[in-house]
Amino acid sequence: MLSLNILVQGLLTGAIYGLMALGLSVIFGVIRVVNFAHGEMMVAGMYVAIVLNSRWGVDPLLALPVVAVLLFVTGYLLQRGLINRLIDRPHYNQFLVLLAVSILFTSSTLMIFGPDARNAQVPYAFDSYELGSLVVDKVRVLAAAGALVGVAALWAFFALTRTGKSIRACADNQLGAQVIGLDVKRLYAVTFGLGCACVGAAGCLLLLFVDVQPYLASDYTLLAFIIVILGGLGSMPGALIGGILVGVSEALAGFFIDPSLKSMFSFGLLILVLLARPEGLLGRAA
Amino acid sequence: MRRGSRLALGALVAVLLALPLLASNYIISVMVLVLFAAYLGQAWNIMMGYVGLLSIGHALYAGLGGYTAAALFVHWGLTPWIGMLAGMAVASLAGGAIGALGFRFGVTGVYFALLTIAFAEFTRILFDHFGWVGASSGLFLPVKSATVLDLVNLRGPPAMFYYLMLALVVAALVLSRALIRGRIGYYWQAIREDQDAAEALGIDAFRCKLAAVALSAAMTAAAGAIQAFYYNNLYPGSVFAIGNSVELMSAPIVGGLGTLGGPILGALLLTVLGEVMTALASVVHLDGIKQWCYGAVLLAIVVLRPGGLWPWLMERLGIAEGGSRP
Repeated sequence: MLSLNILVQGLLTGAIYGLMALGLSVIFGVIRVVNFAHGEMMVAGMYVAIVLNSRWGVDPLLALPVVAVLLFVTGYLLQRGLINRLIDRPHYNQFLVLLAVSILFTSSTLMIFGPDARNAQVPYAFDSYELGSLVVDKVRVLAAAGALVGVAALWAFFALTRTGKSIRACADNQLGAQVIGLDVKRLYAVTFGLGCACVGAAGCLLLLFVDVQPYLASDYTLLAFIIVILGGLGSMPGALIGGILVGVSEALAGFFIDPSLKSMFSFGLLILVLLARPEGLLGRAA
Repeated sequence: MRRGSRLALGALVAVLLALPLLASNYIISVMVLVLFAAYLGQAWNIMMGYVGLLSIGHALYAGLGGYTAAALFVHWGLTPWIGMLAGMAVASLAGGAIGALGFRFGVTGVYFALLTIAFAEFTRILFDHFGWVGASSGLFLPVKSATVLDLVNLRGPPAMFYYLMLALVVAALVLSRALIRGRIGYYWQAIREDQDAAEALGIDAFRCKLAAVALSAAMTAAAGAIQAFYYNNLYPGSVFAIGNSVELMSAPIVGGLGTLGGPILGALLLTVLGEVMTALASVVHLDGIKQWCYGAVLLAIVVLRPGGLWPWLMERLGIAEGGSRP
């Protein structure tokens, strides 16, 4: 029964990983830029939630909309001011620009909040739900539910709204989108903003049960890469499925083998997928 | 070369050779850092600058070189010179294997860069559990007094490491120049510009790229071995860290990808900048200010001078540069 608990726990964490990776995937799928500062942005968002929590006792779940909006604006401005100018540059150049941005993010959080690990206080931190012999933490259930709401909202945006459809048009055919008069640069900025909002929301949800620390940022970036490549860069359902796969495999590897080996397992998986099926499990061939 | 630049070069060599006799220990130690960064940048530049293969996992090769040489020395008392060769062999095998897998399965561009990161991180966690080299608690070399000069076992003052690295930087410069002007250099540049076209002309892209990875890995491992004996400690978490790979790439990027002088210029600028920032950080007592300035400079250069500073400087001075810019 213990292994079922572990499995469910991995599944719930995986849903949040999915939302985090979805942000990266959307950005790549539309703009074809790899956001190397993804985890760094998440950590910055988590610190905003920490400040709201420690100053005014705001629950991270209530801080989520604030953080998402803040990160949307950050991403929008970043795309408008910087990345839109570099769209035609070679891949490695964009890579390095975002790498530099990630260094700026990490060092800024380090300067403002210091190197110590911080966590958010919620009154229900130790509550749990029991279902027969299955015991799950309340925080994980809430966080996973929040992640699924986020994924659904993003899906609805892309499927139903005019802006969402325009963005999909840009992703499918950039030239065509320009021909019919879409403002591609603005849509790119909206997309980058949305990707950042996703990861910010995921950060607030994770904050319910993990500590935050500036240096963790690059681990999250790598984790998001693993998930997105696993599911297929640019594929939305792929990101969610990849997230759940990684969440479950991490939980199982951490339980059955050794907690410190769990990320080696993920990197091994990444290597295999890169070699065997670089477009990912659900991705289209590039 | 004109007479003026010949004189300038002679003066530069004289200053570099005499530096340890004149400068303080601090200056020497900073120069050692500059030379490490320059040499590692030159090694990385062979892959990215000449062949266009972006590796963000070069810490792997430096780490393998360092760990091999250090472990052989600690366990069997083997001289680091043999250990260095062994480390270079291990690293070029690792690089060759990663390259062969990546090229065989058509992993290109961003995906290739991610593959190099994945292998470096995989190895980092592997070494965290590798008991023979101390696992996560680290591997330490016995420290001797800094006045001892034991060239066989690489125990000595910073000045010894200074001359050693100076020799390596010059060797790498000569080697890069010879390679880039030789047959393989032209093959590499052809592959970088258009692999399909190069293959259509009969160039064996697979073998040429493999040669670049193996050579770059071996060169990196040599510096890794010397770094191990300079710092006397190795931890998987710091040796194989992705931050090391990024730092190693910064010098050639800032200086100019594919140029001969770029990695050296970039190393000098970034290391001096880093030292100034460290001094500043100790005055204002703010964690992270050093990295922040580093990131800001990197960003400014990559955005404003995507070709790097060396080509720009050469243009200003009116000198034709000898490298090959992508």
